[in-house]
Amino acid sequence: MTPSSVRVPLLTGALVRQALVQALRKIDPRHLSRNPVVFVTAVIATACTVMLGEAVLFPPAEGPVLPTPGVLAQIVAWLWGTVLFATFAEALAEGRGQAQAQALRRARTDTVARRLGAIDAPETERVLATQLRQGDLVRVEPGDLVPGDGEVVEGIALVDESAITGESAPVIRESGGDRSAVTGGTRVVSDRLVVRITANPGDNMLDRMIALVESAKRQKTPNEIALTILLVGLTMIFLLVVVTLPAFAAQQGMALPVPFLAALLVTLIPTTIGGLLSAIGIAGMDRLVRFNVIAKSGRAVEAAGDVDVLLLDKTGTITLGNRQAAAFLPVQGVEERDLAQASLLASLADDTAEGRSIVALACERFGFATDALDRSGLVFQPFTAQSRMSGVDGPDGVSIRKGAPDRVLGILEESPPRDLVRAIERVAKNGGTPLVVARDHRPLGVIDLKDIVKPGLRERFQTLRRMGIKTVMVTGDNPLTAAAIAAEAGVDDFLAEATPERKLELIRSHQAEGRLVAMCGDGSNDAPALAQADVGVAMNTGTQAAREAANMIDLDSDPTKLIEIVLIGKQLLMSRGALTTFSIANDVAKYFAILPALFLPALPEIAAFDVMGLGSPSRAILSALIFNALIIVALIPLALRGVSPRPASASTLLARHALVYGVGGVVAPFVGIKGIDLVLGSLGLA
Amino acid sequence: MNAESILILLAFCTVIAALTPVLGGYLERVFTGKRTVVSVVLGPVERMLSRLMGVRADQEQSWSSYAASVLAVNLGGALALYALLRTQDLLPLNPAGVPAVEPAVAFNMAVSFVTNTNWQAISGETSLSLLSQMAGLGVQNFLSAATGLVVAIALMRGVARRSSRTVGNYYQDMIRAVLYVLAPLCLIGALVLVWQGVPQTLQARVEATTIEGGAQTLALGPVASQVMIKNLGTNGGGFFGQNAAHPYENPTPLSNFLTLVSVFALGAALTNTFGRMVGDARQGWALLGVMGILFVGGVIAASVAENHSTPALHALGLANPVAMEGKEVRFGVPGSTLFAVVTTAASNGAVNAMHDSLMPLSGLVTLVNMLLGEIIVGGVGAGFYGMIVFVLLSVFLAGLMVGRSPEYRGKKIEAREITLAVLAILVMPVLVLGLGALSCLVPEALASVQAPGPHGLTQLLYAHASAAANNGSAFGGFVANTPYQNTALGLAMLGGRFLVIIPVLAIAGSLAAKRATPETPGTFPTHGPLFMLLLGGVIGIVGGLTFLPVLVLGPGAEHLRMLSGTLFP
Repeated sequence: MTPSSVRVPLLTGALVRQALVQALRKIDPRHLSRNPVVFVTAVIATACTVMLGEAVLFPPAEGPVLPTPGVLAQIVAWLWGTVLFATFAEALAEGRGQAQAQALRRARTDTVARRLGAIDAPETERVLATQLRQGDLVRVEPGDLVPGDGEVVEGIALVDESAITGESAPVIRESGGDRSAVTGGTRVVSDRLVVRITANPGDNMLDRMIALVESAKRQKTPNEIALTILLVGLTMIFLLVVVTLPAFAAQQGMALPVPFLAALLVTLIPTTIGGLLSAIGIAGMDRLVRFNVIAKSGRAVEAAGDVDVLLLDKTGTITLGNRQAAAFLPVQGVEERDLAQASLLASLADDTAEGRSIVALACERFGFATDALDRSGLVFQPFTAQSRMSGVDGPDGVSIRKGAPDRVLGILEESPPRDLVRAIERVAKNGGTPLVVARDHRPLGVIDLKDIVKPGLRERFQTLRRMGIKTVMVTGDNPLTAAAIAAEAGVDDFLAEATPERKLELIRSHQAEGRLVAMCGDGSNDAPALAQADVGVAMNTGTQAAREAANMIDLDSDPTKLIEIVLIGKQLLMSRGALTTFSIANDVAKYFAILPALFLPALPEIAAFDVMGLGSPSRAILSALIFNALIIVALIPLALRGVSPRPASASTLLARHALVYGVGGVVAPFVGIKGIDLVLGSLGLA
Repeated sequence: MNAESILILLAFCTVIAALTPVLGGYLERVFTGKRTVVSVVLGPVERMLSRLMGVRADQEQSWSSYAASVLAVNLGGALALYALLRTQDLLPLNPAGVPAVEPAVAFNMAVSFVTNTNWQAISGETSLSLLSQMAGLGVQNFLSAATGLVVAIALMRGVARRSSRTVGNYYQDMIRAVLYVLAPLCLIGALVLVWQGVPQTLQARVEATTIEGGAQTLALGPVASQVMIKNLGTNGGGFFGQNAAHPYENPTPLSNFLTLVSVFALGAALTNTFGRMVGDARQGWALLGVMGILFVGGVIAASVAENHSTPALHALGLANPVAMEGKEVRFGVPGSTLFAVVTTAASNGAVNAMHDSLMPLSGLVTLVNMLLGEIIVGGVGAGFYGMIVFVLLSVFLAGLMVGRSPEYRGKKIEAREITLAVLAILVMPVLVLGLGALSCLVPEALASVQAPGPHGLTQLLYAHASAAANNGSAFGGFVANTPYQNTALGLAMLGGRFLVIIPVLAIAGSLAAKRATPETPGTFPTHGPLFMLLLGGVIGIVGGLTFLPVLVLGPGAEHLRMLSGTLFP
């Protein structure tokens, strides 16, 4: 799955309607002040509105004035339009993320929890979920919503997590081990659990999801803060330019119409990026949420874009989690066909991918047909945690078992033959997992279950290398096996015989060289490394400790997503950079439109400067202002969708984006302003 | 452009490009404490001076302590110079018996020479004693140039160092800048100038009989040494009021060419020093390349303008193909135009022609050179650190565009650096537009504008740009020697110097403290043509467009009206 594969319609009627209402509500000084560029625009719009009121109430007694009340009214309208479009962009971005959050919020507020005094206390006290504090114990009965994030301390139950993950099949949650974490808002389907709450209200995953997509609660990310400072600086510079201009003009005996100056200021300050900045941020987080990843902070998402080293677990990330049968290795005196048939019978009822792969291999090699098989009288022995074996008992008293070597060797009547032990060792050394098959407590041979490298990974690692990201495979295997798989998968490096300590050490050594490291993990023993990594992604199926230590949680528990998370982080920065460059480059054309219009009455020769040949001063000013407002709307889809994060080297990306958004940003407004001027002319609006 | 202009420009660029690695390498050796060819002679002197001043080579300063030292030494220098100017009539070496300088003028002059502006409200040869010239202005010529140099070096250390809390020792840097760089180069240059006919004497005047038999008093003095440091240190304050147009300052085309080379020499070399300090020479060449493109563009524009004399003259049948008014015949249009562009690009401020008489568009070029904040080679050191401020902004944009937290030479550019860079960028608009507008509003200030129409506005803009950019050249026509302008322009000079130096040193400290991320294919190169183009774009749009409206009103309007036949004196 790639980020772009989660297709959500960019705009729907309902979303737009809702956003329009929200956009109007956002024209509130307290809200606007969060965005300096838009705030300045609103102040100017207010001032021009007052001027319009004055012009209507007290029309000047004589002589033509510039601008006429009609033009002034249009200027005022477009000034407010600029503000509204900016708030609309933000509202739209929020709206897209809020549908999910809204459902979640209902889950949060309505939940009533049964609080326990102690684990074995029979009495429960009913409290609202919002009143629960860290350390509280709650009992969750079948059908109840889990009241908050926590850890199962007692019981085992099926939990429906679809509200959060979108995955409809319930998952098992039990105390102890790696599946003890539960999330607030999920529903217990069977059995009961006692849960220790680990997050205070407002700190739950639900709250985080909501906060990520809502601008009011959204924390600005470090780069966003830096960019805002740059935009404030530019706004101050242009404010100076426009505010001092009347003094210079007066020295030249010119009087400049104030509404025109207002239009000049609003078109010069970076309203495009200023108006879209928060929408880009919200959309970036939303993209992550839609991708079923919860970031604990926006900072982590930005850091993801900077990652230089990816630590990837072998199992489940680089190789398919389930291994596949590759060969039957019989012991001396046993036919390979015999071993294959026994393995097939033992695996008939084994519905795991590994079991199916054994059946498939046997059929392929020896032409068995499973549907022609007589199953009457067969009693299948399913895999249990106690036996760690599975198998089948035939009607004639035959019993076949397959399983981990230590278990199967344990049920043998005699000590294992030497060639069996050697086969087991050989398989393990080559990166495979040996399964021993025995019939009536006598060994038949070994099934070689091989790691299968996921298809297409080699190309992806190559792409990452081009982007300057190094991939490191982490595995518990011995170095020989690890090297074999690393070479097959095409990773840059590997860490074999990994222990939590060695993982931590590896992260630290990369960080000491100034690199940013991303990793994912699930077990409690991953927690220190997750906390140390710059971007730590915990699997939702993981332990609470891992989820606490990480700065992102993957609800699908799919470790390959790390690669997409990096791309989403990059995309966020790229969108901001592209639109900032575009916004700044736009200023060239606006000067060419507005300066001649401003100075024309006193300096007719300035017409030479009017390269666009705009109809009249009023039309020129309006065209620039309208372009400046409409470009915000036109770029909303780009802001929401994000600049497509092509995996390419930095120089290629820079060349591409500088050309499209820099050069394009200089050229586009010339075309746009001229076009609007022609439309205004044909409508006779100015 | 004509063949002569092109040849001079080519020769000039070649000499600068050839000098840059030589001088740049020397500077790097000096400021990193390596042995140089002159260490045998100067090493003991340096050690003696250090001991005398109590400077310990191993005691480095944090950026704030470094900045405090810069401010303290400059404040001390300004006060001393002010006192000297106010009491020069009582002090020795005053053979012409000139009186003490007025308070407002003395303030203006003290600030002017401390800030490397060297704007001269009054003419040096008639109003200053030899002591004021040598112990006052002469000393500050060295110290102000050295200050710019060491701030640039501190910034380079900030970029080059990793996880360091210090940026160098200011006093040690100053000793080295004067002892190893300015003094020896000045000595060599002055000797060449003496060979070309520039006087170097303590005799104040000489009486001469002209060809017509009349008597003429020729002012003399220690001219050659003063002229060399004014150019090498991009000070620009001439010994004579006519500055480099005076035959005793700049007697021959060769001395003119040498003057130009000495103006650019250190500023250009610093880019190379930077490349060496960060371990990648291409970084320096890229910066010099951007400066070079902007410079050559300016020269071409100005040359084209100067090679088309006023159309109104043609109507009168006085068709001189080039605009010779206000220019020395010794240098002609090519030598004068190149000089005008060089002196404004490099924050030097020496002039060999009347800028007031430049054609409107070449006047515009000189204005733009200053308004960009003197980053085209610029004042010694100041040009480099001004350019780095724009580099940081460009890196920020470029970094975002490639989807990585922006970094320069592995150092992350974050909110702190952007805030400081924005503060430094704001200085020129605030001082030029703010104080300029004030000059248009305050009647007392407005009286300084003599010429009517757009030309008057150009004069006013030029004066403010020259002061704020610490250039110091005068356009002429603008009456700067009034109490208001002496004070206002003095403040502009102070702001233009120290309001940039402080954020720059803060950036140096902030970068020095950072770890550096290693370069990967995910890092965009900051030495390629692509980044140079982007940097040029950012300079043009952020630095240049800011002033477009006033430039249109001033030189722009003047040019357009000249074409339509309206002239302004």
